[in-house]
Amino acid sequence: MNPFLESQLLTNRRHFFSQSALGLGVPALATLLGQEAEGEELMLKAFQKIAPKAKRVIYLFQNGGPSHLELFDHKPALAKFDNKPVPAGYMEGKRFSTMSAAANKRVLLNSIEPFQQHGQSGATVSSLMPYTAKMSDDICFIKSMHTEQVNHAPAIHFFLTGSQLPGRPSAGSWLSYGLGTMNTNMPTFVAMTSITKGVGCGQIFYDSYWGNGFLPSRHQGVKLRAGENPVLYLKNPKGMSHSLRRKMLDGIGALNEQKLAVVGDPEIATRIAQYEMAYRMQTSVPELADISKEPKHILDLYGPDVHEGGTFARNCLLARRLVERGTRFVQLMHAGWDQHNNLTTALHKQCKATDQPSAGLLQDLKQRGMLDSTLVIWGGEFGRTPFLQGTYDNRPRWGRDHHPYTFSVWMAGGGIKPGMTYGASDDIGFNVAENGVHVHDFQATLLHLLGIDHEKLTYKFQGRHYRLTDVHGHVVKPILA
Amino acid sequence: MAGILLFTLSAEEKLGFNSDVRPVLSDHCFACHGFDGNAREADLRLDTAEGAFEKRENGPAIVPGDSGKSLAWQRIISDDPDEVMPPADHFLKLDDQEKALLKRWIEEGAKYEKHWTFAEVQTPSLTGEQDHPIDELVSRRLKKEDLTLSPEADERTLIRRLSFDLRGLPPTPEEVKTFLDDSSPEAWGNLIDRFIADPAFGERFAWPWLDAARYADSNGFQGDRERTMWPWRDWVIEAINKNLPYDDFTVWQIAGDLLPDATFEQKLATGFLRNHAINGEGGSIAEENRVNYVFDMTETVGTVWMGLTFNCCRCHDHKYDPLAQRDYYAMTDFFNQTPVSGGDGDPQTKPVLVVPNQQQKKREQELLTTISSLEQQLADLTGKIDQPEDKAAWEDSLRASSTQSWEILPMAEFQSDNTSFKLLKDQSSLIKKGSAPFKSVYNITLDSSSGSISALRLEAMRHPNMTKGRLAPSDSGNFVLTNIAVHLIDKNGKKRTLPIHQAEATYEQSGYPVKNAFDKDNKSGWAIWNGKDIARDQAAVFRFKEPAIIAPGERLLVVLSHQSEFIKHIIGRFRLASSKKSPPALKDEDQTLITAIHLDPSKRSKDQKSLVQSEFLKTSPEFTQTDKKLSDTRLDLENLRKSIPKVMIMADRPERRKTNILAIGSYQDKGDEVEANTPGILPALESEGAANRLDLAQWLVDPKNPLTSRVTVNRLWQELFGIGLIKSAEDYGVQSEIPIHGELIDFLAADFVKSGWDYKKLVRSIVTSQVYRQSSKVDSLSLEKDPDNRFHARGPRYRLPSWMIRDQALAASGMLARQIGGTPVKPIQPLGIWAEATFGQKKYVPDTGEKLRRRSLYTFWRRISAPTMMFDNAKRENCEVGTYLTNSPLHALAVLNDPLYLEAARSLAYRAVDQNTEDPLSAAFEIVTMRVPSQEEKATLKEISERFRTSFQDNPASIKDLLEVGETPIRKDLPELQQATLTTVCLSLFNLDETLTKE
Repeated sequence: MNPFLESQLLTNRRHFFSQSALGLGVPALATLLGQEAEGEELMLKAFQKIAPKAKRVIYLFQNGGPSHLELFDHKPALAKFDNKPVPAGYMEGKRFSTMSAAANKRVLLNSIEPFQQHGQSGATVSSLMPYTAKMSDDICFIKSMHTEQVNHAPAIHFFLTGSQLPGRPSAGSWLSYGLGTMNTNMPTFVAMTSITKGVGCGQIFYDSYWGNGFLPSRHQGVKLRAGENPVLYLKNPKGMSHSLRRKMLDGIGALNEQKLAVVGDPEIATRIAQYEMAYRMQTSVPELADISKEPKHILDLYGPDVHEGGTFARNCLLARRLVERGTRFVQLMHAGWDQHNNLTTALHKQCKATDQPSAGLLQDLKQRGMLDSTLVIWGGEFGRTPFLQGTYDNRPRWGRDHHPYTFSVWMAGGGIKPGMTYGASDDIGFNVAENGVHVHDFQATLLHLLGIDHEKLTYKFQGRHYRLTDVHGHVVKPILA
Repeated sequence: MAGILLFTLSAEEKLGFNSDVRPVLSDHCFACHGFDGNAREADLRLDTAEGAFEKRENGPAIVPGDSGKSLAWQRIISDDPDEVMPPADHFLKLDDQEKALLKRWIEEGAKYEKHWTFAEVQTPSLTGEQDHPIDELVSRRLKKEDLTLSPEADERTLIRRLSFDLRGLPPTPEEVKTFLDDSSPEAWGNLIDRFIADPAFGERFAWPWLDAARYADSNGFQGDRERTMWPWRDWVIEAINKNLPYDDFTVWQIAGDLLPDATFEQKLATGFLRNHAINGEGGSIAEENRVNYVFDMTETVGTVWMGLTFNCCRCHDHKYDPLAQRDYYAMTDFFNQTPVSGGDGDPQTKPVLVVPNQQQKKREQELLTTISSLEQQLADLTGKIDQPEDKAAWEDSLRASSTQSWEILPMAEFQSDNTSFKLLKDQSSLIKKGSAPFKSVYNITLDSSSGSISALRLEAMRHPNMTKGRLAPSDSGNFVLTNIAVHLIDKNGKKRTLPIHQAEATYEQSGYPVKNAFDKDNKSGWAIWNGKDIARDQAAVFRFKEPAIIAPGERLLVVLSHQSEFIKHIIGRFRLASSKKSPPALKDEDQTLITAIHLDPSKRSKDQKSLVQSEFLKTSPEFTQTDKKLSDTRLDLENLRKSIPKVMIMADRPERRKTNILAIGSYQDKGDEVEANTPGILPALESEGAANRLDLAQWLVDPKNPLTSRVTVNRLWQELFGIGLIKSAEDYGVQSEIPIHGELIDFLAADFVKSGWDYKKLVRSIVTSQVYRQSSKVDSLSLEKDPDNRFHARGPRYRLPSWMIRDQALAASGMLARQIGGTPVKPIQPLGIWAEATFGQKKYVPDTGEKLRRRSLYTFWRRISAPTMMFDNAKRENCEVGTYLTNSPLHALAVLNDPLYLEAARSLAYRAVDQNTEDPLSAAFEIVTMRVPSQEEKATLKEISERFRTSFQDNPASIKDLLEVGETPIRKDLPELQQATLTTVCLSLFNLDETLTKE
């Protein structure tokens, strides 16, 4: 047993060390009671030997599989091979979803919009993403991501939890578990979802995308909802004023303390703390959601959608407000990237809904001096095929199928080298050509930036020490600042 | 864990391989030197004596009794970073205690043992020192720790504990009184008997079973269509209440359909396996889905009955447990035989069982009887009515009335750009003259003597001048009327159009229905070519939206256009007629009838014949009445059948499907073929011929099987004590802990089997023990020694699951609607949760009345968006058998703010006042906690009540708001201020730690 832990045994807080083999129970205490001091003191943990570059993460997850070939991965060769069959050798042994069963009969398709070079770094970004393009010098584009999954839900689970099946803890839960909380009034891990208006999309946001898996449920992402109640059951019932609620909690607290004196179970003390946190959230969460005091020039950064609740733009703004208030991991999920047959019709809307808010968030964080310590990630679960789905003559119904073999994501801020491009796909964007980044590598890097050794942050469950990266993953060192 | 055990081991006792050594080896060595052949390093395995003692180049890894000669030990203590084991980069390190333990074990002879859960259940020896075997076994173990059982909890705590454990509900005040008044030595036993006999017992133990069975009321995945598996849920409740022996409970659910002469119930039970999620996602691959369903069934059975985690074996041999990938796929073969294809997301994918309830069964029988009697009546009536003379007379009169109504219109003027016409001698029909244009528009002006017009008839008539004496000068003699317009022209030449509403023709060429003649498309039209010949005149009737009054002097203008791409397809000869009265045939079916009646009976189609016949019969009012009754009854039957749930059940295909090892768990990568079998580490499966699910089920409940009984008693222990004797209810494998109370598990398991798998007896046996009845008070010493209460030197104390917290509020307030089983209900939950999860496709519409107040068990469970009030439960996505007791602030918010708790608090307030007008505070406290408040608590209650009262006095408007929450009527006989104050106290009581906790 960990010697550090043994000294903690004396604290008599049974709940917090009961399930730890590595002394990980202690920060859990900090999460529960919301004590930053305690969390900070306990920095010397087995998995935490790396100096953290980022304190917090905002993950702008793009559900559906954004087309790398339309957004960030410029392939001049596609123009040459436009409407020509896929050259032999690219397709053998590859697995696609049933939506393009006859894949080998397909023809290649050029990017639907032109690319330009931007900034000092000279990054090539599509004209579909003008705002992101302007931030190129702050961004690291990874153009050699690859995954093992080809359908949405498994691929998203794989990215967020390290396993294609639901039931493992998501990255945010791992961080909550490993690093504890930074604020007493806010949840440590928050999830929000949105979808572009008018873009038909059948993808579902499963609770397991921000699930705690086998970790204790206090590490579950708290899902903020659009509308009046960002947290379920946050509002007092009718007739219950704020001051009456305070009196109620005082009463409950007094009776609980009397009980504690008789029974001696420290769980009762935990209960008191839990109720106090709930009470604080009743105030802090509505305050978080109230953007009326944001000045116009800030709102303008995020674009016009920011005025409407539940949009990606509003969620980006809330993400900034959350990290300002101490939330450690914000997971925004935006659906609608699944362009099987509406590349020329829906992709523009999709980009419009996400481009300005994403870039605006970077700018906003930057001007507040928070970008250095905030890791921002933008990307989906896979890319899209270089070949066309549909018929070439029918441009309005052009599409691309799911494509796991190479695709692009970008990262910025907290410990990431700005203004660079890492890795490359081949000349038609089909396979990785150099410096492939596997999903587990990406996860290992994420944890590394937060100061965590991905091989050492583990949890014992069903007889196995589990980790986010399963038994794989290498930190992608060249992209570290 | 190993460390803790080491403290308790005296120097004289030998180390146990299973209890002390295996956990260390498993953590540090087995990943590379264990069971998984593919991952094995240096071809060395340390999980078996053979492997460890094997002669190797540099000597055996372990030499029993001699650590100096044991190469493994030398590597463990090596200073060389390239030599040391586990390797320097292995994420777990051996600590000094663990090293000392390994050394001692080698020196004591390095004795290996089979992992305890795979070994046969051993009945421990009992001395009878204590009355209850559980007490003797636990005390024996406690003695080693210098611990003793705690004193018995007080009676009020005990009845509350027992009531939640056995019924999931609090005891009623009457039940508490009866128990307290019973001073006989049998008082406790009597109480247990009463609770075990309560139907709530089945509901309570059904809950964890539904979690394990991943029961939900919808499919899951995209679409998440609603299913009707709830009759299976009701079967579970009933089976538990009837105390169906657990071996039958097992066999029926896994293979009830394969039992000889399987009963309805036995088939229904197999719904257990079909409770898995179904993927109807567009683009998902049917075979991949199907294979996933098979995996799910295999792993669910593995977890529920064997306590083994099979899912690792999908892709590789188990790293820790002696389970090979081959074992896993051999297990999947049992479930790989269903006819399910995996395609389509039908929430009632066959095979299904139609499960009507008694009422539905009765109703169905009634309806069927009514239908056959009505059919007989109709047959009798038909015989009576159907006289040929009567029928002919009816047809004649109908023909007469429907013909007479048409007035042939005299043509006054006719004009066309490119066609000239001639009025034929009949003075009524017009014929085209001269050469035929490709396209043409006819403008015909007509005089009408009648004062109104409601329909216009156009008759196309044959003439020898046309192609082959047919209807038009075109090559085929066919025409295409692309448009017809009817206008009224007044004296001043002013035109008003009569919009055509509906039309009918004697014949319509496929693709050229008559409605095309008055649509917006000028190219489409009405044509009559039947592919063979045109041997008859044709006609069309055009009806106007409403009858038009023709003013004196007004004339009709009819415009017939022939603008199709087919040349010369213009009508050759035609005449026009009008009908003034609301036409005999305004309704379509009437027109169909009139069309039919004007045909010679021999020319009528089958449909026309039957129409004429049925219309004739309907001339008898008696027949019409009876006929209507019959069709209404048939509709009732159809609706009834739709409402009868269909439960997905198991069946095997007649031809066996081949099962292969799937290399990395992918349906595409087929490896060796395997046949149904159970894992090799366990007692062999015996079957005649190829084994099937029934063989598997019977093997599971064979007394020789070491797992089923152990796993089951452990899960029950978990339900009663919050944590199992083995903590990991889902994993009994090598990596699971060695139980502190191993003898107790074996005693319970053996006793359970011996009793004939009598579940109620097992429950009774545990709750009659002193171990169960201990007080749960903790002192700092016992807390330090045993924070999680694994030794059981005190009673259990932990938060109730959310569903019990909700049921408690409903019961304590008197609101609970008691009805066992039935369709799922939808209590109030925050709006928009379903819509958000499904992009607005599913909307949550709460029920009303009693359905808001049913037990949580009956709440509709949407798999992708579980009910919000069950905040800590298994998700029901796949099999889960653990517990979920945590303390998130979100849980506190639910009990503080869900309006249900406020309404329950108000009902509780009323109940408390009625019980004790003088001191309702204490009464409410007692109803919730089962105990009388202490003086200090009384004072606190009074004080907070005063504070609440002041708050309401300061803000009187809020009183009404508070009282209006929920359907419970506001009491008229009590001051509203008092109601609001007391309600707030009661809501506080529902949120006390003591209330949320079982202690």
